[in-house]
Amino acid sequence: MAPLPSSARCVVIGAGIVGNSLVHHLAELGWTDIVQLDKGPLPNPGGSTGHASNFIFPVDHSREFADITLDSVRQYEELGVFTQSGGYEVARTEERMEELRRRMSSAKAWGIPAELVTPEQVAEKVPFLDPSVIIGAAWFPTVGVVDSLRAGTIFRERAVERGALTTVPNVEVTGMEVVDGRIRAVETNQGRIEADTVVVACGVWSPRIARMAGAHIPLTPAVHQMISVGPCEVLAERPGEISYPIVRDMDTFCYERQHGSDMEVGSYAHRPILWDPDDIPSIEQAKLSPTEMPFTEDDFDPQLEQALELMPELLGDERAEIRYAINGLLSLTPDGYPILGETPEVKGLWSAAAVWIKEGPGTARAVAEWMTHGNPEIDLGHSDIARFHPHQRTRAHVRARTSEAFNKTYGIVHPGEQWSSNRNVRLAPMHASQRDLGAVFFETAGWERPHWYESNAGLVEEYGDACMPREHEWDARWWSPVINAEHLRMREAAGLVDLSAFAIFDVVGPRALEAVQRIIVAQADVRVGRVVYTPVLDERGGFRSDLTVMRLAHDRFRVVTGGAHGMADKKWFADRMPEDGGAVVVDLTSSWTTIGLWGPRALDIVSSVTDADLSPSGLGFGSCREIEVGGLHVLASRISYVGEFGWELYTPMEAGAALWARLLEAGTPHGMVPVGIGVYGTTGRLEKGYRAYGTELDTERTLMETGMSRAKWKDQDFLGKDAVLAQAGEPPKTVLCSLTVDDHTSASGRKRYMLGGEPILTRDGGTLTDGHGRHPYVTTAGSAPSLGKHVLMAFLPPDAAVLGNELAVSYMEELYPVTVAAVDATPLFDPGNERIRGLA
Amino acid sequence: MSNVLVCVKRVPDPTGEVVLTPDGMRVDGRFAGYTTSPHEEAAVALAVAVAEASEGTVTVLSVGPPESIEQIRAALAVGGTDGILVEADSDLLGPADVAAAIAEAVQARQAAGTTYDLVLLGNDAADTGDFQVGVRLSYLLDRPVVAGIQTVEVDGDVATLRGEGPEGTEVYEVTLPAVATVLEGGVTPRYPSVMGRMRAKKAEVETRTWSGSPAGSGREALVVPEPPPSQVTVLGEGAAAAPALVAVLRELKVVQR
Amino acid sequence: MSVLVLVEVEEGRTSLVSREALTFARALGAGDVHAVVVGAASAATVADCRDAGVAVVHEAVDPALDRYAAAAWAAVVEAAGRAARADLVVAPGTGRGNEVLAHVAARRGLQMAANVVSVTSLAPLVVERQVVGGAALERATVSSRVRLLTMAGHAVEPSPAATPGEARVSPLAVPVDPRDMRAQVVRVERREKGDSAGLAGARVVVGAGRGAGGPDGFAAVDALAERLGGAVGVSRVVTSLGWRPHHEQVGQTGSRIAPDLYLACGISGSIQHWAGCASSRTIIAVNTDAEAPMVTKADYAVIGDMHEVLPAVLDELG
Repeated sequence: MAPLPSSARCVVIGAGIVGNSLVHHLAELGWTDIVQLDKGPLPNPGGSTGHASNFIFPVDHSREFADITLDSVRQYEELGVFTQSGGYEVARTEERMEELRRRMSSAKAWGIPAELVTPEQVAEKVPFLDPSVIIGAAWFPTVGVVDSLRAGTIFRERAVERGALTTVPNVEVTGMEVVDGRIRAVETNQGRIEADTVVVACGVWSPRIARMAGAHIPLTPAVHQMISVGPCEVLAERPGEISYPIVRDMDTFCYERQHGSDMEVGSYAHRPILWDPDDIPSIEQAKLSPTEMPFTEDDFDPQLEQALELMPELLGDERAEIRYAINGLLSLTPDGYPILGETPEVKGLWSAAAVWIKEGPGTARAVAEWMTHGNPEIDLGHSDIARFHPHQRTRAHVRARTSEAFNKTYGIVHPGEQWSSNRNVRLAPMHASQRDLGAVFFETAGWERPHWYESNAGLVEEYGDACMPREHEWDARWWSPVINAEHLRMREAAGLVDLSAFAIFDVVGPRALEAVQRIIVAQADVRVGRVVYTPVLDERGGFRSDLTVMRLAHDRFRVVTGGAHGMADKKWFADRMPEDGGAVVVDLTSSWTTIGLWGPRALDIVSSVTDADLSPSGLGFGSCREIEVGGLHVLASRISYVGEFGWELYTPMEAGAALWARLLEAGTPHGMVPVGIGVYGTTGRLEKGYRAYGTELDTERTLMETGMSRAKWKDQDFLGKDAVLAQAGEPPKTVLCSLTVDDHTSASGRKRYMLGGEPILTRDGGTLTDGHGRHPYVTTAGSAPSLGKHVLMAFLPPDAAVLGNELAVSYMEELYPVTVAAVDATPLFDPGNERIRGLA
Repeated sequence: MSNVLVCVKRVPDPTGEVVLTPDGMRVDGRFAGYTTSPHEEAAVALAVAVAEASEGTVTVLSVGPPESIEQIRAALAVGGTDGILVEADSDLLGPADVAAAIAEAVQARQAAGTTYDLVLLGNDAADTGDFQVGVRLSYLLDRPVVAGIQTVEVDGDVATLRGEGPEGTEVYEVTLPAVATVLEGGVTPRYPSVMGRMRAKKAEVETRTWSGSPAGSGREALVVPEPPPSQVTVLGEGAAAAPALVAVLRELKVVQR
Repeated sequence: MSVLVLVEVEEGRTSLVSREALTFARALGAGDVHAVVVGAASAATVADCRDAGVAVVHEAVDPALDRYAAAAWAAVVEAAGRAARADLVVAPGTGRGNEVLAHVAARRGLQMAANVVSVTSLAPLVVERQVVGGAALERATVSSRVRLLTMAGHAVEPSPAATPGEARVSPLAVPVDPRDMRAQVVRVERREKGDSAGLAGARVVVGAGRGAGGPDGFAAVDALAERLGGAVGVSRVVTSLGWRPHHEQVGQTGSRIAPDLYLACGISGSIQHWAGCASSRTIIAVNTDAEAPMVTKADYAVIGDMHEVLPAVLDELG
């Protein structure tokens, strides 16, 4: 037995695919003195890696997943453990065919080879599949299988060869020592190891290990059933592990994957079966391994029947036996994304969990970069552990959402689809009023936000075709023409918007200015009462966020950012506060509610309930002031995300309902209506060309590429400044553009409306490639009712980013003509910003 | 045509470390799962072979909780014809009770016109290891019984049964109807095919209860002794260790010349 | 009151497990120890019984008993029990011991506890016995008028009594009931050398795993298995990779083996594999990794590459 070292520069807990890949990448990046621990033996310690089906379908609707998966495949190939088999996703229903067309779009957007094929074509390559059961399929030639255990061994060996790694198997972590919010040591049943960097890469056990340090990794072990049937004569005839393509039987949520002479059938169709990390057996207690739980046959029987339908001869062979059947445990998270990064609770304690085989090496590389340079090359925004709000870390939330998500693994998930479980967790103070107004609630970070109000349904008739109704059910799902009607009324009169979901935190203290100045791109040293919209960049000039900062006092800055990304922003700021405590971050999200009032009549409306001078000159753009509105204390901030004159009105949470009621009452005579997030988040901002963090902006994008460069940079240093200056001297590799759809008519004659994620091609369907080697895709799609156009945002190659350039968008495997309408941040609507300035 | 009754017991899978319920009265199978005793899996395989050879039937019987249906279905999936589940709390039954419950079911079938020529059971259950149910059953049915057999051949009304004895393979020839208890090793139990599993799902399983009152097993408690620590003796490294290894082989008397 | 012990005879002598049972019975201190032997008690057997402190050796001599029939043996034990006025009957926990006592239990309506390792109380009789294949112990009361126990093998060390017993041989006249002969051994097929019962029944199994390196890496494994008159067993990865056929697979999804010797070469010893080979009497592991579970769980280990170790072993064997 290798003795347990008493200290290390970095301790990696877990020797599954993630831990093994990670020690290699850390060593590559120059880390030494890494100690890797696992409770189990090598090379298969008994976690999820050991029973993984080990196949990789590179296609995914998420770019983050697709990029990480592609990188993982490259790494597996380099290790010599990848075998390309090709794979089909087969459709039994027309609805599924439509979904496969949508997957074609994603595949094209991420540059993954794919084509739609007929049942007969499938049967040519998979002769034991009954083509009469399916109506078509998607063919992904680059699908393959890997030997993840072998990959892990090679990765570990490489790190050992560099002299960087000591792996100690069969040692159990029993505790974590945290001093002043920092990890100090890991305690094990064989002694204590001091380390100031510790990575939890223990898959299904991660929550349990993190909890020892007081941190949360909100994942749950969940069952994925798998059986192995064999020996099958037809499979045994060909040598090697895999010689037939893998089949995903999408409508039955099952897959069939050859493994030597056996056929493995796996299912995501059964009821969600969740385990608690504390209930997972020890290695000794388990029959097979701790993550191969006893098979529950009844759950699988329906899938067996469906699999038999698809492959009647192969699986119906009496000589082929079900030799191996497990309820395999894997990790699920409430939003389906991995949990990566430094925990917000404990400095130096990192999570690399809820990562599947197809993402392992890619994720590990990115996390290693993150640990080394502070940022991964591939944006991991969706996977950042800091994203979770406190309520999202609760066991109830994790169980509810993962239960709901499990059957969506192969499901058809609409991009706008809402969760139905664990709702009504965070309610705005004016929630009751909104309910009375027929609000249709969408959820952001637990907040119930009206997406539109049924009380405005009458406006649809009033505005008629200007509401741009959608004929196809898919395009109109999770959408309503009322959104566009609300938009038009806001532009005509005024709209009242509940913005309670904002994350709000103050940076306070004698060194607050210095701290904020260093973090944001815009000049922070402004007079008290100024409101600054600013990007926040990382060291490489990539976007970490965009947000507004109000200077409320010489030593107090209020940061307002989106709810979805608020927790990550808070950690970004908190991590960069001075060590001496000269400035601190104070979370005020639950203290303040925000109501937006915008539109040509906004001044008339507010003037009826306040004596304050809120005229364009009374409170200039980019200014804020404490005033009294309807007898309530309000901080009014004159900015706009919808392109209209008006304010964000901040009031204490407990006064929110009253302010809402008084403004509603004051506005109604002026034609004002309550307006949902459908307008605020999409139609209003699209017309104005406003970029959103998470769709257009992420760490892989720069100010130059997004058309957000400045003529002049502040003298003070700020994060990313060097990179920005370097980038400013170079032509951008890609350019964020707005495009309008010229004709929506599909081959069937029905008009179709893109929803986002679709590839942008040349007018005749040719591929475009930008300077990063990426293919353009739609980052945001939505109506621009004031223009009567459907607008798309996309990053285009610079030579295609030309005003009036005629291109095409591929939607459901049909091309629609589009034209480039803006090649920078110039608004399509009111380009002179006269409305915002109150001049219109 | 031979009708065979094969009796199976739902037991916690015995391959992992034994986990007890908090009251220390039962083995907890939640981690390892539940299975059929290995001896009974062999009995099922023998029963199916006998029935197939004579175009007979195999009825699978289990005395136990409702979940025992899983073990009955598992046997049906590898060739059983129908099932009988005698619902009972296994923990309250001793071997005499189980034998009585089986006998009652056999007699009920007999009254209904079905005689089982051969009743096969496991030699001993993987959990309780009582070694008695088959023998006790034979007296209740007034039939000859052989314990610990590994193969069965039926020719007309005579069954030839073979098992390992102290001096070699012991051969019994018994006139049917008879009872035999099976030890694993003489036959490789099959795993179910997909089709078998589907048939099992549809096969008929009669549920009944036992009319007797249990005498019980006398169990007071279970304890799990500490496992022994690793006691490996390292004989050496590489080819240089060959003489030491061969010395061990000779000591174990596995080298024949 | 006395304790009756069923004594099994092996090659003319009291078998080891029978001597264990005698020692155990004597240690109970529950009265005189009587022995019962089916067939004529040889002088050696009687001497063994005397050493063990047996008062009376009951022997049942009848040509009908020459062929083993459990029911007929049970009738002998019953008769001996009556003669000895025994309220406790002990048999070795062998196939026969368990079978015969089960017959007695069924015939007389008595309770029986199998594989007992100790007695914690005589009145009431409370025993500890092996259950779950020896992985757990059950404490149980045995409450019938006459109590029947079989002894788990090697639960006690056989030892002579401080004072030898009288070991008076007392013939039993037991008429053999033809009904008790319905199931009898009609012949014994002696085992022949080299008659391998396949992997599951092999006395020696030479196992190989990923360490074999490829389909061509089994030459020494095959040769050694043949040299030792054993069978070849492989791990799941080997069959998955198509290096060897499935019927050679040892493990959860292959064969479970229980040989006298399992020589596991280049097998790391996954949990699944262990489930298939744990019943081996002796395990020797050959592995490059001293920390592989197969090594730590083995009785003996050689640390090294199987491709170097096995040829050397073959050379050594000549």
